[in-house]
Amino acid sequence: MKPFKTLDAIACPLPLSNIDTDQLIPARFMKRSRAEGYGDYLLYDLRFDESGARISDCPLNDPARAGARILVTRRNFGSGSSREAAVYALADYGIACVIAPSFGDIFASNAVNNGVLPARVSEADCEALLAGLEDGALTALVDLERQEIRAANLVIRFDVDPVWRTKLINGWDDIDLTRSHAQAIERFQEEDRIARPWLEPVAAPGFTTLTQKHD
Amino acid sequence: MVAQIAPQAKALFDKVFDRHVVTQRQDGECLLWIDRHLLHEGSFHAFDKLKAREASVYRPDLTFGIEDHYVPTRSRDLSSVEPAIQRMIRQLRDNTSQHRVRLFDMGDPGQGIVHVVGPEQGLTLPGFTIVCGDSHTATHGAFGALAFGIGASEVAHVLMTQTLWQRKPKRMRVTVDGRLAPGVSAKDIALSMIARIGADGAAGHAIEYAGSAIRSLSMEGRMTLCNLSIEAGGRCGMVAPDETTIDYLRDRIYAPKGELFERAVQDWLTLSSDADALFDREVHMDAGDIAPVVTWGITPEDASPITDCVPDPDAVADEARAAQIREALDYMGLRPGQALTEIRIDRVFIGSCTNSRIEDLRAAAAIFAGRRSKVPGLVSPGSAVVKRQAEQEGLDAIFRQAGLEWVEAGCSMCVGMNGDLVPPGERCASTTNRNFRGRQGPGSRTHLMSPAMAAAAAVSGHLADMRLFLDHGTSA
Ligand code: SF4
Repeated sequence: MKPFKTLDAIACPLPLSNIDTDQLIPARFMKRSRAEGYGDYLLYDLRFDESGARISDCPLNDPARAGARILVTRRNFGSGSSREAAVYALADYGIACVIAPSFGDIFASNAVNNGVLPARVSEADCEALLAGLEDGALTALVDLERQEIRAANLVIRFDVDPVWRTKLINGWDDIDLTRSHAQAIERFQEEDRIARPWLEPVAAPGFTTLTQKHD
Repeated sequence: MVAQIAPQAKALFDKVFDRHVVTQRQDGECLLWIDRHLLHEGSFHAFDKLKAREASVYRPDLTFGIEDHYVPTRSRDLSSVEPAIQRMIRQLRDNTSQHRVRLFDMGDPGQGIVHVVGPEQGLTLPGFTIVCGDSHTATHGAFGALAFGIGASEVAHVLMTQTLWQRKPKRMRVTVDGRLAPGVSAKDIALSMIARIGADGAAGHAIEYAGSAIRSLSMEGRMTLCNLSIEAGGRCGMVAPDETTIDYLRDRIYAPKGELFERAVQDWLTLSSDADALFDREVHMDAGDIAPVVTWGITPEDASPITDCVPDPDAVADEARAAQIREALDYMGLRPGQALTEIRIDRVFIGSCTNSRIEDLRAAAAIFAGRRSKVPGLVSPGSAVVKRQAEQEGLDAIFRQAGLEWVEAGCSMCVGMNGDLVPPGERCASTTNRNFRGRQGPGSRTHLMSPAMAAAAAVSGHLADMRLFLDHGTSA
């Protein structure tokens, strides 16, 4: 993962609350592999009508906001389904930071795992930022080290889980980190086997656990 | 008195969390051991990550695959479905067989929706940590397990290490005391709670449900309640194990047996919050105040008792909330002030991991018995086991005679991934968990409610109060 320190980019206002992950990536588009890219499908039903034509009053379709890497939106962004494809859609579209007063928990951790910053601001700061962007401000500067957003003459402080902040700043990957604890994991299992001998699933006769055949 | 709180007083959540900590980092992140990992078709992203690292599954014996999100419900013939969906199912088969993971494929007598199958097969046990790449994993918390949904990167991490980095969320307790009125169900408790605290009201919190009304719920009811924790933004939902839990688990296929079971029971019954455990937030509700609830908007917090009217945004002081209500009514095609019982429906769906268990089907069938549905609809049992049980009880005949389709188990019209969709503009009375824009298909309009309320709506042709049907000999 690429380290995230500061981001100076076009910001797009999306003044809606409760944008759930079903809207971020509608279920019908989730069958493709990541290699094919998810960016075209981001917020598909907000951006395109039934005939596939662009909906002109959707802020993401504003030509001035083309190439936006920052999204500013209202509360409860990314609620709902745990589908990480919602973050793939954002990331593949180019979004590297979402600013909102609250986020769905699973969405936020998925975002961090893909190098996308979920920046939490107060409701009042969020409204001021939205207003500034809607009045014509085009870009924002997000400084993760200082936890600060500068845009439209505003300087806004944002919150992010300190562990996530460290992860993003360093571009760390959990799996490499976990593997360095392999011995502790082994030890845990040995002790746990004695403390909770009922952990391992008991298969009833007639049910095979590890072998099954498919055509 | 605050001064007397014992420092070691623990909430149920902490008891389960603490015994799974493999190691703790200085920054507070804990590496958590995972007891059960459940997979469905969406796991292909995670397996792709394994492939990229040439890694294998660390504990295939603790990992279980289930075909549910994409399976056809009108047949079990894979060749009958469109190629892209077939590919989703085949990927899961290939990935699980390559990594020697037990798969409940759609022909398996134990197949069904992952959150119905886990408990039913005895894979879900008290005190366990259970994860799945699905937000409704909270369902398993009904057994006093710590169960939560994760994303694909985390699925890959669990596959490779059987652990996950986690930090303790805050703790919240929802206490529901008193008695539920006849016909009022766990779904109504959950929707009432979400309407009260908001769809992000429990964000960053682990919820514990307590109180006499919760204790009197069956396991099915507790599962419905915990299932909906995520719709309040909660990380997970839990109920302390008790005799109801133990009775449910005895003799389940994958549960421990005999003496080992009894030993486990001794342990499980210690899993409850200490009397002086502290919670970051407490919510109290009186069961007697809870009425049958329906949603009228596009998030589960847009819920009201069936006796109410559609809210008028002009009468709402909070501007942001008023704007949200306007958006919702616009999408749903509703008028402010309209009685909820005036809302006509086009379709009914009974199913999903929220409400597709035997008790749910019985509640719906009790209302359908001897009546016709005024709208078309689908009844999809939560699992093949539930399906067989319902057929033994003759419930399938009641649904068919009412004019509904009785189909196979799967996620079906909850999310429409398998092609079971609500057509654009149509209004569906649904026992599912999400009324999001386009959730049941592009342009679909979803009203969430309990199985009995969905049945009452179906036989009325409009949203209706199921209590009107209680007096008229509804013993099915
Ligand atoms: S039934 Fe619906 S909510 Fe439950 S797992 Fe399936 S798609 Fe998700």
